[in-house]
Formats: sequence, C-alpha cells, structure tokens
Amino acid sequence: MNTSLSNAETRSSRRGKKVSFLILVCGALLGFLAVTKGLHAQGKNPFGGDPKAAKLGESQFRANCAFCHGLGARGGGRGPDLTRAQKRHGNSDADLFRTINEGVPGTAMPPNGATQQGVGMTEEEIWQVISYIRSVEKKADAGSVGNAAHGKELFFGTAACSTCHMIHGKGGRLGPDLSTTGSARSTEYIVESVRNPSRRLAQGISEAMKEFSQEYETVKVEAADGTKYVGVVLNEDHFTLQMMDTRENLHLFEKDKLRSFEKMRESLMPAYDQKTLSEKDLQDIVAYLLAVGAQ
Amino acid sequence: MNSSFMKWRIKRRFLLTGSESSIASLGMTVLGVAALTLCAIGTCLLPSANAQVTPQRLLDSAKEPQNWLMYSGDYGGHRFSALDQINTSNAGALVPKWAYQTMAGGKFETTPLVVDGILYGTGQDNRAFALDARSGRPIWQYQRALPADIRPCCGRVNRGLAILGDKVFLGTLDSHVIALDTKTGNVAWDVTAVDYRGGYSITLAPLAIKNLVIIGVSGGEYGIRGFIDAYDTATGERKWRFYTTPGPGEPGHESWEGDSWKIGGAPAWITGTYDPATNTTFWTTGNPSPSNRGEGRAGDNLYSNSLLALDPDTGKLKWYFQFTKHDEHDYDATQVPVMVDQGEKHVILQANRNGFFYVIDRANGKLISANPYAKVTWSDSKDATGAPIARKDASPTPEGNRVCPGAAGATNWMSPTYDPQTQLFYVTAREQCDVFSTAPQPYEAGHAYYGSAYFPNDDAAPFTGALRALDPTSGKMKWEWRHPSPTWSGVLSTAGGLIFTGDAEGNFIALNAATGKALWHFQCGASVYSSPMSFAIDGKQYVAVAAGSALFTFALP
Repeated sequence: MNTSLSNAETRSSRRGKKVSFLILVCGALLGFLAVTKGLHAQGKNPFGGDPKAAKLGESQFRANCAFCHGLGARGGGRGPDLTRAQKRHGNSDADLFRTINEGVPGTAMPPNGATQQGVGMTEEEIWQVISYIRSVEKKADAGSVGNAAHGKELFFGTAACSTCHMIHGKGGRLGPDLSTTGSARSTEYIVESVRNPSRRLAQGISEAMKEFSQEYETVKVEAADGTKYVGVVLNEDHFTLQMMDTRENLHLFEKDKLRSFEKMRESLMPAYDQKTLSEKDLQDIVAYLLAVGAQ
Repeated sequence: MNSSFMKWRIKRRFLLTGSESSIASLGMTVLGVAALTLCAIGTCLLPSANAQVTPQRLLDSAKEPQNWLMYSGDYGGHRFSALDQINTSNAGALVPKWAYQTMAGGKFETTPLVVDGILYGTGQDNRAFALDARSGRPIWQYQRALPADIRPCCGRVNRGLAILGDKVFLGTLDSHVIALDTKTGNVAWDVTAVDYRGGYSITLAPLAIKNLVIIGVSGGEYGIRGFIDAYDTATGERKWRFYTTPGPGEPGHESWEGDSWKIGGAPAWITGTYDPATNTTFWTTGNPSPSNRGEGRAGDNLYSNSLLALDPDTGKLKWYFQFTKHDEHDYDATQVPVMVDQGEKHVILQANRNGFFYVIDRANGKLISANPYAKVTWSDSKDATGAPIARKDASPTPEGNRVCPGAAGATNWMSPTYDPQTQLFYVTAREQCDVFSTAPQPYEAGHAYYGSAYFPNDDAAPFTGALRALDPTSGKMKWEWRHPSPTWSGVLSTAGGLIFTGDAEGNFIALNAATGKALWHFQCGASVYSSPMSFAIDGKQYVAVAAGSALFTFALP
C-alpha cells in the first residue's frame, strides 16, 4: 500500500448533487452504460498465448468463475464446460470478452462484477481469463465415436429419453430440455447423468438474487383431498411448492395445506446401467446430443 | 407513548406540508418550474422548529421507540424495537402499506433510519433518499456520480446512514464520506477518506458518537491497509484514524511477516457499537489479505478478524480480541458486536462468521465462552483460554480442501438481534461448506488479491440456512427456523414478542420470538439482503425491509 494514498485526504469538489427524478433516471442509465460498456472488447486478446497471462487468468478464473464452471473450467452445476472448443455464445476472443463482460441474457451467466462472487475484473484480467480458457480448451471437440443417427433412434425410441426430455420442441417436459446440452456439457458429465442421474441433480430455475438454483429434486405429496402426486420440484420456498407431476401437470401447493410432503435429492430419472443401455448405445446417444448441440 | 407521539407529530407537521407540495410540483415537472416552486416555498418557510438529532437523543434512543436513530437501532447493537402494537396475537394480519422503488439492480442492503416521521435510506450505487414515512413519497433523492473504474468487491451496495444534527452521513463506493442536509439532500461536506483506486470502498452505515461520525473501510479482497476514521460532523475534518494493521514500532506489528502489514487487509466494514458508561466504541474487522492464503504473512496478523475497543475521542485502542488468527478462510469478524448486560457481567455477544458464538467480557476483552452454532470443521480444539484453534490441515490446497463453514461464513454481515424480553440472541446461520483451492496471485494495487478460490461443495445434501435462537448464558440453541437455502437477511426483534427476518426465496417472515413459530409472511419477489427495522408514525407501528429494488413497509390494516 502506498501510504501517500491513504493520507491523501482532500476535499473533493462537490460532485454529488441533488437531482430531479428525470436526471436521476438518466444518470442511472448513463451509469449503467458506463459500467457495462466501460470495458471495450477489442478484437484480439493482447496477451495471446502468453503462459504467464494464462497462469494469472487461472487465479482470476478460480476466484470469479469456478463457482459455476468448476475448478478446471470443465463445467459445474450450472456453468457449461469451457474446455469445449465450440462455445455456445461465440468462439472468438471478442465473443468471449463480451460473454464475460456483459453476461448472457436469459441464462445464469451474469455480467462481470455482478456474480456476487469475487470482484469485478479489469479489462486486463478478463483477457487473462480468456488466455487461461484458451490454455485448457481442446483444439477441436473430439467427435464422439458413437453413431448419432442411431443415438437419435434410441433417444426417441427404445431408450425412451424423449419421454421426459425435449430436443428442439419434441419430447417430454419432466426433465431438462437437452437441445443445448451437447454444446455445454462434457461427455463425462453426460455419461454420468445417464448412468447415475442422482449423483448430481440437474439445475432448474435460477432466480436473479438467489445464490443457489433449484435442482431437479423428486417430490411426493398427498394433497388435501387425498390425491397423491409424484413429480419434480420446479420451485419451492418455505411455504409453497411448485411441481410437475409425472403426467406433466403443474401443481401449485401451499405446504401447510398438504397432508404429506416428501422431497428427495434423488432423480426421478432411472439410472441406465449397462444392462439397460449398453456402452455402445450410450455413446450413440452422446453422439446425437453432441450433434444436436453443434447445430 | 401517545402524548410523546403528539409532540413530535406537531413538530414535524410544518416541514412535511412544505415538502409534500414541493414533491407534488416536481411531479408535474419541468426542471425550471420545479426550481422556481422550491424557491417560492423556501422563501415562504419560516425558520423550522424541527427538532434535530442531538448526541443526547442518540444516547437516549430507548426513550423514542417510534424512531430508529442508527443502523442497529441503539448503541448496544440490539436491533430491538420497543414497539409492541404489532404482536404475537395480531401479526398474522400484517399488510403492506407502501413500497419505495430505487429502480437499481444488485443487492439492496439498507437499514433505513426514521426520525420524526421522515425515513432516510440508501440504495445501490450510492443513492440516498428521504421519504415521508407515512406514505413512502420522496422528499429528496440523491445519487453520487461515481467514477467508472470503481470495483467494489461484493456489489455496489450500501447499508445505510448515520444522522446527527441537520445532517445524514454516507460512506461511498469511491471512499468518500459525505454529509447531506436532512431537509434537502444537498451536500454539506464531502471528504476523501482514501483513494478508492487502492481497492478501498465504504459500504457500511456510519456511527455517530458525540460530535463525530465514525466509519471503516471495505476492501479485504484487494490488499488494502484497513482503518477506522472519525470525522467532525460539523466540518468533515478528520479527527483520528486507527489503522487495523499496526505499523513499525506499534504493538502487534510483529504479528506480520516482513512488509505484509502494508497490504494486510483487516477492513472494518460493519457498523460498530458504543458503551457510554465506559466511553468505548466497539468495532470489528475483516480478513487479512490475501484472504485465503497464509503464505507471506506468517503470524497472527493483528488486528484482522478482531473485536476492537476504541476510545471514540482519540481512536486509541483499549483492548482487542482476535477471533480467527492467521485466517485462510475469509472469516471476517464483521458482525455487529452486540452489547449485553447479564447482571454484573457486561459482555459482547458475537456469532462469528467462523461458526462460533463468542461471549466476551466488555471490560477487558477476555473470552468467556465460544460454542459452535453451525457446522464447523476448520477447528477441532481450543487453547487454554477456550478460544478455537485452526486445524493444521484446514488450509487451502491446489486440489481443493473442503472446509466448513465456507467463505461466506456461518453468518455474515446481516445483523443479529438481542431481545431483552426473551434474553435470547437470534442469528441467521448458513450451513454451507466450500472447497478452498489455492490460486496464488501477485499483489497489484487495486486488483483482486485472494490467494485462493472457493466455491460451494455440497456432495451430501443441499445447503440450508436457519434462523437460530441462542441462549447467551449457555451457548445452547433454543429453537431454529429452517430456511430452504442459505440467506443473507438480518433479524429484528420487537417488544411485541416477534422476530422478523427474510429468506433467499424472497419471503419476509414474522415469527414468535419464544417458540420460532411463523405467524406471517410476505413474498417480496427477490431475495432479502438486508436487516429489517421498525418505527411508528401517528401511533401506528410499521416494519420495514429492503428487498430487490424496493423498500417495503408493513403495518396492521
């Protein structure tokens, strides 16, 4: 710490001033623009492949990004695997900078500095993070060894994935829509999700200020009239439950009016073991998901 | 109580009338017209008879329960309201009365003040406002023009104001201390506490004592050198500064390796308390920097994660107690130090971020007891004084080391409350463990300086939270109210036998203070990141809480 800084006690000009509501709104808008547009995404990473920048970027990544994207950028509960060569929201340096700095509307990816985790990053630090991501990403997405066409048949046929999962508007609603899964998740994650779906439950709704997303928990209730329902939790608070039953009906309950309420951190999805789904068939389904994700 | 209500109602009627008409004309609104109208009203106004907040009124805050004169409600940090109109028998009938929208994003952490019918609050991005506490209509609004390059660690937040005389005091994200005129919001004085570019910011509500306004800085994530400052409320002149990392020749300096004290952190970012009987103000400090890496700062790292007893006149240290020595898990001790008298014993209660509930002798800083109130794995033993000691193997590792509580702590800055009626201490507990993983980085002024990363790890069960009622004499839990997920809401107790708190799911909840049974709730539409308060106007009690971008008030129909 530079001590001259801490002693620099000066009377500043009276920058703050009372403002009318109109000016307040304009000021807020300008302030917002200044914050979000203050960092300009130049076309190329000034650090390029500098390993030192990548190392610094790893620290930044761990402090600011690992919460969702995992320690090694291989994806976490709600953050995609960033070691994939293809990034869903753009691959160029400028794309990555924009994604990090401005976030992705409609997703859990917040703008730089608004993560509630870590501090906002400077332009330089964002580029370091991009250097780090480049250092861990695969040169090309390893084409799956599987047969995507057969995977599609399985998905909508005998493997019955589409009973609960939708791809491009076709399929069921009980489980997560898988249209973008192939572009966001590592193969290992997808395989684990099929073989052992309860190991890490998929995440559902993320609310803006809430730290933890709702998971695809299983819920069993008995309503006031004695009807029993089994399904997934869409959302929940201390007093209420929003759920979808296995017949895709929505139910909105006040918990104190229920006869019984039981929630399990176990997926409704059956675990597909080797007998139910061979290794080869699983690879075919993975290949299909990757192919869909690449579209 | 009613007769005192009458008195202050009469006193403030004149101002409110004037302000309401000025707001009405502002609403119509061309700037010039508004300015003219204000002038016209200004010249019409006779010198006001509004009572100002004197140092004596702050000392006697218990005598005016209709007002909320400081961040924690009183100098003891109790966050207790003596109002009892809303009570266990009627709380179920509470209804929203008004909401005030800042229209700002991010966490809305303010605890407003209420003085004689006027509510003073702060919003994100250093907004400040004065409202008609009966209607929620603004009397004035202020927003600081902040530099574009501020990067406060944990949101563009502010937790509130202090008031004294005809001024309210605001600490800013660019590390200024500002006095605003209570009637106009005009800037009365503006001083730079420190250059924000070193990673400093101010987010706490200042504390007014006598003729001084006391602040501390945030910035434990940047390798700052923390301090607590006192400014003359009339002029803004700085009267003293207490550096929370001792320099060469000062006691405690030897607790830092080499020059690490210069960037040793130890910010003071939560409002202190004050004991007029001994003329001592109690402040708490945050983590040493880098926050999650002990290498390079061998030693206890005084006065990080400590409770400090300071002389408010001089800033001289009377004694200290360090909760977490040589911290590597971000266990800031920045929880309001609550003063409680247990018969002859005068103590400080603190449910610390590190998971232990400490009782400390207020006369000398000696530890009386430390009992866990949440899951703890960082410590499994105590020293001769009974203070928890860190496990050797709890340090962050390259692969990641799972430790409870996580970096956000078993609690955090959200206020606890002490209810003198139940004699219980109520705290928001977070059951969340983190994986701490090294991420070494060089120090660079104004840049993040953590030394490690942390993120939640809940292999076994989802993280939860709970409001816990603790008995300060035994350290035992009396009851708990489970939250579905960890929350950042503070707690208010009232003489109506009630506890008010919020949750991450957006509910604002009233509970029976004796039993923990929920009596009422309201869905605010966004997670609650603030500590509630209560006030009364026209003999009607209100409870207020900030959530999302709105300040909500509730009362009986």
